[in-house]
Amino acid sequence: MNTTTTAAVRARELRKDFGEGPTRIEVLRGVDFDALPGQLTFLVGPSGCGKTTLISVIAGLLDSSGGEVRLFDQNIERFSATERILFRRKNLGFVYQQYNLLPALTAAENAAVPLLAAGVRRRAAVDLAKSVLVKLGMGNRLDALPSKLSGGEQQRVALARALVHEPRLILCDEPTAALDHATGESVMELLAENAVHPKTAVIVVTHDTRVFHHADAIAHMDDGRIVKTESRHRNEIEIPEFEDAIPMLA
Amino acid sequence: MNFIALKMLTGDRAKYLGLIFTIAFCTFLLENQTSIFAGILKRTGSQIADVTDAEIWVMDPKTEYFEQTKALKDTDLTRVRGVDGVQWAVKLFKGSPVARTADGKFAVSFCLGLDDASLTGAPRKMLLGSWQRLREPDSVVIDKAGYVLLYPGEPLELGRTLELNDHKVTIVGISDPPAPFLSFPVMHTRYSEAVNFVGHERTQLSYVLVKPQAGVKAEELCKRIEAQTGLRARTSEQFQWDCIRYYLKNTGIPVNFGITITIAVIVGVVVAGQTFYLFTVENLKQFGAIKAIGVTNWRLIGMILLQAFVVGLIGFSLGTGMAGQFFDFFSQKIPTRGLVLMWQSVALTGATIIFVMILASILSLRRVLVLEPAVVFRG
Repeated sequence: MNTTTTAAVRARELRKDFGEGPTRIEVLRGVDFDALPGQLTFLVGPSGCGKTTLISVIAGLLDSSGGEVRLFDQNIERFSATERILFRRKNLGFVYQQYNLLPALTAAENAAVPLLAAGVRRRAAVDLAKSVLVKLGMGNRLDALPSKLSGGEQQRVALARALVHEPRLILCDEPTAALDHATGESVMELLAENAVHPKTAVIVVTHDTRVFHHADAIAHMDDGRIVKTESRHRNEIEIPEFEDAIPMLA
Repeated sequence: MNFIALKMLTGDRAKYLGLIFTIAFCTFLLENQTSIFAGILKRTGSQIADVTDAEIWVMDPKTEYFEQTKALKDTDLTRVRGVDGVQWAVKLFKGSPVARTADGKFAVSFCLGLDDASLTGAPRKMLLGSWQRLREPDSVVIDKAGYVLLYPGEPLELGRTLELNDHKVTIVGISDPPAPFLSFPVMHTRYSEAVNFVGHERTQLSYVLVKPQAGVKAEELCKRIEAQTGLRARTSEQFQWDCIRYYLKNTGIPVNFGITITIAVIVGVVVAGQTFYLFTVENLKQFGAIKAIGVTNWRLIGMILLQAFVVGLIGFSLGTGMAGQFFDFFSQKIPTRGLVLMWQSVALTGATIIFVMILASILSLRRVLVLEPAVVFRG
């Protein structure tokens, strides 16, 4: 792990419980995790190991039960609710497994949502979103509704939505899980090419082993802990084996 | 974000139209029923309102509403005239003779006998002829609805004769007074003629109509008349409200209309409220995504209230338009003449729709505000 660079995300002894008393479940059991700017960090592990909970806590969408998480050297759990929302709006981008596009908005309007939320005027926001979509190869689908887009196209719109406001941290939750291999590969290539910048960190939660070769770093998670981290040049990552991992296609 | 809220609203066309038509229907039903209710109650005092030249009605102390009269003594007129502040006072007779046409068609009529000298209380809105011709012997002015009832399908025509309790009279005018509560023909004639139609009783004076002197308040004069004569004196407006209160208290009209209005409110609250609530609940994931992106709860509240306001406004406008068309059409019909869409009904319905939409918004907002944005990570 690069220790000279300020981490985009630094989690130490991070814990998250759900429920209380006898029904309490420890999902995160003291996670130490770092994600660096300029890197595509994969968070991998079997289903139920706590990956999604970890990025939810990192994003400030859930409060931790203990430990500390710092984003760009700031502990956002000490922020007020409004400060946290404003921080998230400015600094974070999201890509979800199910895309979560607004069905009534066109591709360009969907991609423009973070700008609109930040108060940018509609026309300027949509124009900027269109330029991002064009970069992602969606120039001919700008005015299409999500229902008229394929899964890969919808994920590219979601990617544009995550990139449009130039956040410093992009969190992707299983971005290829609903896509076939070729489309998933294409989406990961776009993510690697367009999202990773010297000042931007990208965390991808996945257990899709087919796309591991895109990673700069991989944090292996199991049973609520990071059990192993790897950092290397892309395409040199060792492919782990999970019981429920998506098998490599021949 | 307002445009996102509106696009979310209109994007699901079926639910959007369903919401609008539910609110429109609720609006129509509420405005329709409350206006008809108010219009019918207003009819109970329509003959009072039609007398514009006198301001005070003097009657037997036990009289509660217009239809219920106990005759006064002729000397009561003189006593009323003697009260300080009375400019003039005249007689008015009210009776219900049977009107029969030459071809045998008959109907109970509503006959007003006007002071012979002044013809105070004569109908001011004439369609044919002149109320001044009531000075001719055996003459009546009949209202258009009564004429149509007695001479169905025939053109309005003066000079026709009919019998009122076996007394032959000639139609010298056709009027268009406000519709009475009961659908009887309204006949105006002179007092001296009217008492003959109904038959002689010991006393026949139904009401004394009074005009106060300049500078004397009608309410104040009513008190003086009551104090000096022991009779009941009411201003025109007070007497109209007496009639309305009587019918409200003693008939099933308010219960029947109340049931319909209550059902309309319940249908509005339950259906429109539930549809809007479900609309929001089904969009929870979308709201979660917006929330995760960094939209504040206040902005989400604004979005949902905007959605509620838009469907409420469109539905209310459509419903009011429908109600307006309804009354425009039916006010041309004789049985429903005079029933109009009242602004009070529109205002009351508007307030109800606002209440319904605010209630639905609050229920919806609760779900959105407690929504964990982390829900968006759950596939």
